[in-house]
Amino acid sequence: MTNPAYFLGIRPSAWHALRLALFWLVLIFAPFWLPAIGSYTDLGTRVLIYALAAMGLNLLLGFAGGLSFGHAAFFGLGAYGAGLFLRYVGPNTWLALLSGIFLGGLAATLVGPLVMRRRGIYFAMITIAIGQMFYFVAVRWNSVTGGEDGLSGFQRAPLGFPGGNAIPLTGTQYYYFVLVCFAIAVFLLARILSSPLGHSFVAVRENSRRLEFLGVRGGRLIWIAFAISGFVTALAGSLDSMLNNFTSPLDLNWTLSGIFVILCVLGGMRSFWGPFLGAAIYVVMQDYASSITQNWMSIIGLMFMLVVLFFPRGLLGFIPQRRTA
Amino acid sequence: MQILLFGAFNGLVVGFFYALMALGLSLIIGLSSVINFAQGGFMVLGGYFAYTLEPFLGFWGSLLLCPIFAGFLGIAFERGLIRPLYGRDPLYSLLLTFGLAMIIEDMVRTIWGAQGVPFGIPDYLNSPVSNIYFFITGYRVLVIGVTAATTLGLFAILRYTRLGVCIRAGTADLETVASLGVNIYLLRAINFMIGILLAGLAGILAAGQLGLTPTMGSSLIMPSFVAIIVGGVGSLIGSMLGGLLIGVAAGITSMYFPAASEVVIYAIMAIVLVLRPRGLLGQEGLLE
Repeated sequence: MTNPAYFLGIRPSAWHALRLALFWLVLIFAPFWLPAIGSYTDLGTRVLIYALAAMGLNLLLGFAGGLSFGHAAFFGLGAYGAGLFLRYVGPNTWLALLSGIFLGGLAATLVGPLVMRRRGIYFAMITIAIGQMFYFVAVRWNSVTGGEDGLSGFQRAPLGFPGGNAIPLTGTQYYYFVLVCFAIAVFLLARILSSPLGHSFVAVRENSRRLEFLGVRGGRLIWIAFAISGFVTALAGSLDSMLNNFTSPLDLNWTLSGIFVILCVLGGMRSFWGPFLGAAIYVVMQDYASSITQNWMSIIGLMFMLVVLFFPRGLLGFIPQRRTA
Repeated sequence: MQILLFGAFNGLVVGFFYALMALGLSLIIGLSSVINFAQGGFMVLGGYFAYTLEPFLGFWGSLLLCPIFAGFLGIAFERGLIRPLYGRDPLYSLLLTFGLAMIIEDMVRTIWGAQGVPFGIPDYLNSPVSNIYFFITGYRVLVIGVTAATTLGLFAILRYTRLGVCIRAGTADLETVASLGVNIYLLRAINFMIGILLAGLAGILAAGQLGLTPTMGSSLIMPSFVAIIVGGVGSLIGSMLGGLLIGVAAGITSMYFPAASEVVIYAIMAIVLVLRPRGLLGQEGLLE
């Protein structure tokens, strides 16, 4: 397939920059065009949040090759971290966000050593089981977490700045807050993936034995990837609980872990932006499907099977990519 | 003491469900390298089949036949959908069974209702066997008996029949088995069916004990994963013992500290992973 840059008469790198600029422009103007096409801004916020979680997971899944089926745990811990802070400590969005990120990220960092020496489906099985552990803690620790009913009774607070200024985070403002968080996290992810560390993640995926021969410890790299992706997923979770002003144990459940994985595969887990595409399709489809039918779970399940059978390389897998990592 | 025994025995019965599920999962993991997330779905289907057919077949008839029906569904699923994925990245078969698990749960909810249904067992099974140990009912004895008999039968098949030899050999080295002229596709299909059959049986037995709900599958499959990890991947006896161990541990914990009864299962898993990463009876380096 000839690169469209050829027809436009520009260099491929310019075409790449053009696409990226267009992408960010679409995101920046989302609160304007989303209502115009009959949708709503919070849907865009949710796309960003799920995309962030999926891109965080994809650092581990697509680049380092760790089949984690437990990432909803870190998403959910992030959500509970932010929610618990807002509910029990005080109305401060910055600190709530930080406590969410650290709760989820530290959990991932601590869990890492348990899984880092495992590969393939054994890795998947251990991560899913560990994820369920956090799920049951959230369900059973009623007095703090609200148990099965979820944690409510908190509100995202206005965003305070030094000097006493505060921006209220209503729908559109909150979208931009999430967009800024998303942009920072995505920038960091891209930097990590294009660094030597990122290249060694790919090396673990491709041939960890050879890496060991070169004197690099593959397990430790998996641990690092696990921790980084846990922190990013936890950030997404904190943002999610502040979007809904609510979080439930379902945010930690293995079903959500599986959904994160399918987002990556649907979009294309070998590409940097693939998970974003997957998340956008999933969030929009889920929003639509759950409004027309009770059986949206079947539709999502069917999506899993169709993706596996017909788009195993993901949607972006069909488009030749400029290598980002 | 009574309470401790009560909890331990309750846990033992549930542990037998875990063990049956874990055995089926282990068989399939060993030969097909597929974690069958839909195992819970097939288990629930077994239970609901028995619920639907009990008026026609009676309790014993449905206990005998419904696992086989579930097994046939399993074989159809394996032939139609899993088989094209052999040899591909294991991620894909995981996602496929994951999707199927969601579909089965949703369909069960649509067909039989989200509320859950009671599964009737014969009255004579419901009465306690002993007056002192009131919790030992006939049904629980039946659960333990049927599970033990099934497991012994399975181990006998694996040990003494040609099919069993092929399954064990295929788990160790599938390529060599194939090159010796064994039809490994057929072998995998039969093995898959046996695994689903065990799940269906667990579903029916669990239905009589716990009642039937659409979410029963997802709540029983997680402890089965833990059972495999604790017992050691690649060891069927390990999976069995792992299931019983975590069942009893959860049962005892639920007597003294109910809120922790699920978490204790995962705590045991974490301890095993730290102290003995390959599991109690597992072999080093499998599935990696």
